[in-house]
Amino acid sequence: MIFEYAPAPESRDVVDIRPSYGLFINGEFVDGSGTPFKTINPASEETLAEVATATEADVDRAVQAARKAFGVWSALPGSERAKYLFRIARIIQERARELAVLESIDNGKPIRESRDVDLPLVAAHFFYYAGWADKLQYAGYGTTPLGVAGQVIPWNFPLLMLAWKIAPALACGNTVVLKPAETTPLTALLFAEICQQADLPPGVVNIVTGAGETGAAVVGHPDVDKVAFTGSTEVGRLIAKSVAGTTKKVTLELGGKAANIVFDDAALDQAVEGIVTGIFFNQGHVCCAGSRLLVQESIAEELMASLKRRLSTLRLGDPLDKNTDIGAINSAAQLAKIRELSDSGEGEGAERWSPACALPDKGFWFPPTVFTGVSQSHRIAREEIFGPVLSVLTFRTPAEAVEKANNTPYGLSAGVWTEKASRMLWMASRLRAGVVWSNTFNKFDPTSPFGGFKESGYGREGGRHGLEAYLKEIS
Amino acid sequence: MSERLSVRKTYKLYIGGAFPRSESGRSYAVTGAKGEFLANASKASRKDLRDAVTAARKAFPGWSSATAYNRGQILYRIAEMLEGRRAQFVSEVAEADGVSGKKAGELVDAAVDRLVWYAGWSDKITSLRGSANPVAGPYFNLSTPEPTGVVGIVAPPMGPLFGLVSVIAPVIVTGNTCVVIASERAPLPSITLAEVLATSDLPGGVVNILTGSAAEMAPWMAGHMDVNGLDLTGADAELAQKCEELAAENLKRVLRPGGKTDWAADPGTARMTAFLETKTVWHPIGI
Repeated sequence: MIFEYAPAPESRDVVDIRPSYGLFINGEFVDGSGTPFKTINPASEETLAEVATATEADVDRAVQAARKAFGVWSALPGSERAKYLFRIARIIQERARELAVLESIDNGKPIRESRDVDLPLVAAHFFYYAGWADKLQYAGYGTTPLGVAGQVIPWNFPLLMLAWKIAPALACGNTVVLKPAETTPLTALLFAEICQQADLPPGVVNIVTGAGETGAAVVGHPDVDKVAFTGSTEVGRLIAKSVAGTTKKVTLELGGKAANIVFDDAALDQAVEGIVTGIFFNQGHVCCAGSRLLVQESIAEELMASLKRRLSTLRLGDPLDKNTDIGAINSAAQLAKIRELSDSGEGEGAERWSPACALPDKGFWFPPTVFTGVSQSHRIAREEIFGPVLSVLTFRTPAEAVEKANNTPYGLSAGVWTEKASRMLWMASRLRAGVVWSNTFNKFDPTSPFGGFKESGYGREGGRHGLEAYLKEIS
Repeated sequence: MSERLSVRKTYKLYIGGAFPRSESGRSYAVTGAKGEFLANASKASRKDLRDAVTAARKAFPGWSSATAYNRGQILYRIAEMLEGRRAQFVSEVAEADGVSGKKAGELVDAAVDRLVWYAGWSDKITSLRGSANPVAGPYFNLSTPEPTGVVGIVAPPMGPLFGLVSVIAPVIVTGNTCVVIASERAPLPSITLAEVLATSDLPGGVVNILTGSAAEMAPWMAGHMDVNGLDLTGADAELAQKCEELAAENLKRVLRPGGKTDWAADPGTARMTAFLETKTVWHPIGI
């Protein structure tokens, strides 16, 4: 017997979206000089608000405000900076529901995830780095801040990426100019209000909205001492090139094509859950997503049957419905990219499968999709799809699994499923990836350093290691 | 009776544990501080550089998975071998830099001591740079540093031995392998150092040394897609910028010039940490 779920939508009333938003510079909302852009709800295509575009001149004003504030902020005792950050963490907790709903509306991610994953991690991140602000002398990276940090973040975890960037920067005594993604600016602008509520000194946090040009202005500004970027490897390359010959310190958290490796002795039901979390969490809009499933040949058939059964129970639809597992694709452009790559999978001979899954009429949607019979040369095994698409490959020996897992220019994350601890550690030591999840996947914590090997970028966010990106090297 | 005619050494390259001439057949005259002819050094080509990268890549799995204790022992062994050839290095450094025998002796001693210093780091840097992370959940969570991979080094033009040792040791002690472009001005001690490396139980390919034109070779190294890191200590500002731009193509970790090059000062850990990645492993805790 199948029981239908009744709709269980989270109320939108908790959040008040303004018709238009300005830039947040020097503690105030000001007009931008560029042509404003619209941000939409990807689940309905409804326009949510009009948002200012920051031009080079606006970015310059923001950097100047940050430079001026740097003198004040870096001179504060660490314990005082800590208290501001603790305050921000508390206000985020107090307004968590409002932020979660807004995040789901602007981004398309299920409320279950924004409420239970994103927001708790955002608050925890500020709380964690608040505690470091007056303990830097014990961390081993010196205590001298860099100055003004220019930070550019992606649309997949808008507020969480903001937290990963702003919390350590401020704790170390830097001031910031942050550019949120063009398609998801709203929670960053609500965060600006939180900075006001916290009485954060003006200019310590500046938020400039806009598209790639605004980001390039932030990164390229000569008075920016530090560049932190999370996004595509393609843009990361451009940034790395643009800072050549300067003294700017750079950290880059870029793309991935993680292998999720399942051995024949793995706890299969748990592995299936881990595979689902690995690739379908946040619609697969996750740089560390387990997008390549490497399954040991002897259990491939059994595992695939079990996985398909599980995928048939996933619920796709209204991101604000508390029962929704898969929300909307963030933008039309991203949907087009996912479609193009998926079509290439079929074109190159892989076998495509999706569960029966009705897609809403409006908005951007893509059903959970699994490709089997994938070879390493297929584009869907090499390129980051950034969507709910899993490519399945098989292997026979642990050595072959390592070889295939590492056969990518990326190196952000990997997963290993086995009940044998020695094999798990053997695998973990050979996988060229910054995060290895064993018998789990897509777990995050402010105390745990995150970042890539190879073309997944450099630098770490989170943990004691995350401080290094925002302090002057001790020589 | 006439004085015995000395047997001169042919200075070649050091690639994959062997001493080949440049495949290009090119060489260049190396002169001492007073302009006197010292020897013809090999002028390495792009093909030599690619061969060196291949050798370094091939050596990486073995060297990076050797125990830290083993790597420390081998670095210490290099120091022993260097000490044993002290007289030879003193004379080469004196000729190259035009310094007194006493000063050259101090520089050679300092190079030996630097190797001993780094040897001791092999099994300590992990404890300093790693961490057990108290995540908010039932998970074991451990971060450890791991070597970046193949590192290209533009060695400092000055300090043909002490400077050279000071840039190679921190890169290899953590498990990286490297391709080094030796001082173009004073390359001879680097090839004599290669003879030391070759007799120190250091696996072939862990250190590869090329002599020739840095301005010619460094951009090839910076643009090579199988090089993971780039130490530009010996590059001038213009060459460094060009190399950093090329290095962006595969997001090499770049150590810019301008860092500490007073080789006598405490080197700190920065040269090691520049070519370390942090790996974090999670595992659930349960019964």
